[in-house]
Amino acid sequence: MSNLAVLPILLPLLAGIFAAFIHKKTTVVRTVSKMLAVINLLVVGFVFIKVKEQGSIVLEVGGWDAPFGIVLVGDLLSMTLVLTTNIIAVASVFFAPQSLSEKEESYYFYSFFFLLITGVSGAFLTGDLFNLFVFFEVLLMASYGLIVLGNGKVQLRESIKYVLINLFSSMLFVTTIAFLYSVVGTVNMAQIAVRVQEVEQQGILTTIAILLFFVFATKAAVFPLYYWLPRPYISPNPVVSALFGALLTKVGIYSILRTFTLMFNQQVELTHTLFIYLAALTMIFGVIGALSTHNIKLIVAYNIIPAVGFMLMGIGIFTEVSISGTIYYLVHDMIIKGVLFLLAGAIAYVAGTSDLRKMGGLIHHYPVLGWLMFLASLVLAGIPPFSGFIGKLQLIRGGVGEEQVMIIIVALISSLLILFSMIRIFIRGFWGEKTDIPFPERKRRGNLMALPAAALLTLSVLLGVGAEWFFPTIESISQYLMDPEIYIDSVLKE
Amino acid sequence: MEFIMAILAGILFTTGVYNLLQKQLLRIIIGTGLISHGAHLFILTMGELKRGAPPVLSEGIEQYTDPLPQALILTSIVISFGVTSLLLVLAYRASKINGTDNMEQLRGNDYE
Repeated sequence: MSNLAVLPILLPLLAGIFAAFIHKKTTVVRTVSKMLAVINLLVVGFVFIKVKEQGSIVLEVGGWDAPFGIVLVGDLLSMTLVLTTNIIAVASVFFAPQSLSEKEESYYFYSFFFLLITGVSGAFLTGDLFNLFVFFEVLLMASYGLIVLGNGKVQLRESIKYVLINLFSSMLFVTTIAFLYSVVGTVNMAQIAVRVQEVEQQGILTTIAILLFFVFATKAAVFPLYYWLPRPYISPNPVVSALFGALLTKVGIYSILRTFTLMFNQQVELTHTLFIYLAALTMIFGVIGALSTHNIKLIVAYNIIPAVGFMLMGIGIFTEVSISGTIYYLVHDMIIKGVLFLLAGAIAYVAGTSDLRKMGGLIHHYPVLGWLMFLASLVLAGIPPFSGFIGKLQLIRGGVGEEQVMIIIVALISSLLILFSMIRIFIRGFWGEKTDIPFPERKRRGNLMALPAAALLTLSVLLGVGAEWFFPTIESISQYLMDPEIYIDSVLKE
Repeated sequence: MEFIMAILAGILFTTGVYNLLQKQLLRIIIGTGLISHGAHLFILTMGELKRGAPPVLSEGIEQYTDPLPQALILTSIVISFGVTSLLLVLAYRASKINGTDNMEQLRGNDYE
C-alpha cells in the first residue's frame, strides 16, 4: 500500500482550486497553471516509472479494507493512460493563451481544465464501479463548464444536447450499478470479478453487461450512439475541443476495456461478437460523416468515431495480440486527436473560417502549419512507420489469428477513407494559387499555436518510429489484462 | 414492499422518458429529474428494504440495514441535484440567446 496512487488525482484537484482563487489575474494564473501542469506531469511520470519497476500500486482510501472501502488501483494500464492524459494537458495549457481571449481565461478556464484532468485521472485509477461513476461526473461537470465558455449562440445550443445525453447515460449507469449490486452484492471491481463467476443465472449478468456497455458506448460514441458527438465537440474553443477529443471518449473506451476484460469475460461469444459488429458499423458511419462535410473542425471531430471503432475491434477480437493493439491505438489516438484539434483550430483561426471551400493557398503563408497537418494526417491514417500503423497492424494480426475476415476488410477500407478525408484538408486548404494573406495580423499567433501541436506530433512520430522501445510495455499490459487473476489478487490480497 | 418500489421506479422511468421526448426544453429537464428519482429509488430497493434497524455493523448487533445503498443514493442525489441546477441555468441562457426553447428549432443545421 502506497499513497502514490492518489497523487495524479490530488495534484490537479488542488491546482484547480488554487487557480479559482487567482482567476482574475490573467497573467499570473496563466504562468502558474503552466508550471503546475508541468509539475503534475513530472510527478505522474515518477509514479509511472515506480509502477513499471515494482508493479501495481493499490491504495485503500481512508484505510478501509479492500472490498468495503474505495480502492485506487495504479496498474500499468491506468498509469500509461494517466501519463498520456497529462502530456495532452501540458500541450493544451501552452496552447490556451493563444486561442482564448483574456476574458475567457479569467472565467475559470484553468480551474475547469485542472478539474477535467482530475476527473479523467480518477476514472483511470479507480478500482470501484460506483467511484467510476463519481469520477465520470467530476470530469463531465468540468466539461460542462468548459463547453459553455465563451457564451456563444451555437455553443449554448449544442451544450444543452451534450449535457442531456450525458445526464441520461449517467442515470442509466446508476441504475446498472443498482442491478449489479443486487446480483453480486458489491461495487468493488475485483470482488465483482470474483462473484460473477459464482452466480448461477448467467442470463441476468449478460443483461447487466450489455446495459453497462450501453452506458460506456454512449460516452465513447460507438454506433449507433455517436450522433451526439461531432457538433458539441466543435462548438467550443479549439483548446477545449482538443481536450474533449483527446480525453473524453477514451475514458469510455478504457471503461469498456476494463470491465469486459476483468468482469464480464464469461459470455465472450455473445458480448464480444456484438462488439465486432458494432465496431465495423462505427468505422463505416464515422468515416462517411468525415467525408460528408467541408468544415475542417467537423472532419476532425468525425474522425474520432472510426478510431473508437478500431479500439472496440481489438476488445471484440479478444486475444492478447488484439488487446495490445487496442492499448497501443488508445495511446496513439489520444495524442494524435490532441494534435489534430489544435491544428484545425489554428488553421481555422488564421484562415478566418473553418469552411474548406473558402480557403486555399495557405501553404504560401503558413508552411509550418501545412506540413504539420500533412504529417498528422499520415500518422492518423496509419502510414508506416508512424504510430497509427503499429496499432492497426496488431489489431489486424489479432483479427487474422481469429479468422475475422469481415472486420479486417472494413478496417482497411475505412483506414484508406480516413486518409482521404484528412488529405482533403491539405489539398483544399493549403494547395492553390498564392493569394493575399487573410488576416496578416494573425500570423504571429497562428505560428505560436503550431508549437504545442508540433511538440505533441513529435511525440506521436516517436511512438511509431520507436515502437520497438514502447512495445514490450504495451505487450505486458495486454498479458496482464488477459489474466484478471493478477488484478484480483493485487486488490483483494488473497 | 420491494415489489411496490420497483413498480414506482418503473412509473417514474416511463413518465421521465415521455417527458424527455417532448419539444419544450423545460419538460425535458423535468424528464431527466424524474428519471434520476427513479434511479435513486431503484438503488434503495436493490439493497433490500428493511425497517427498524440501524445501518451499522458492529459487535453485538445482529439486525442491521445494508448501509452501502444509502451511501450510494446520497452521492447520486447530490450529483443529480447539481447537474439539474446547472441544466436549468444553461437552458435559461440558451433559450434567451437563441430566442426559443423549442428543440425543433434548436437542431442546428448551419454548419454547412
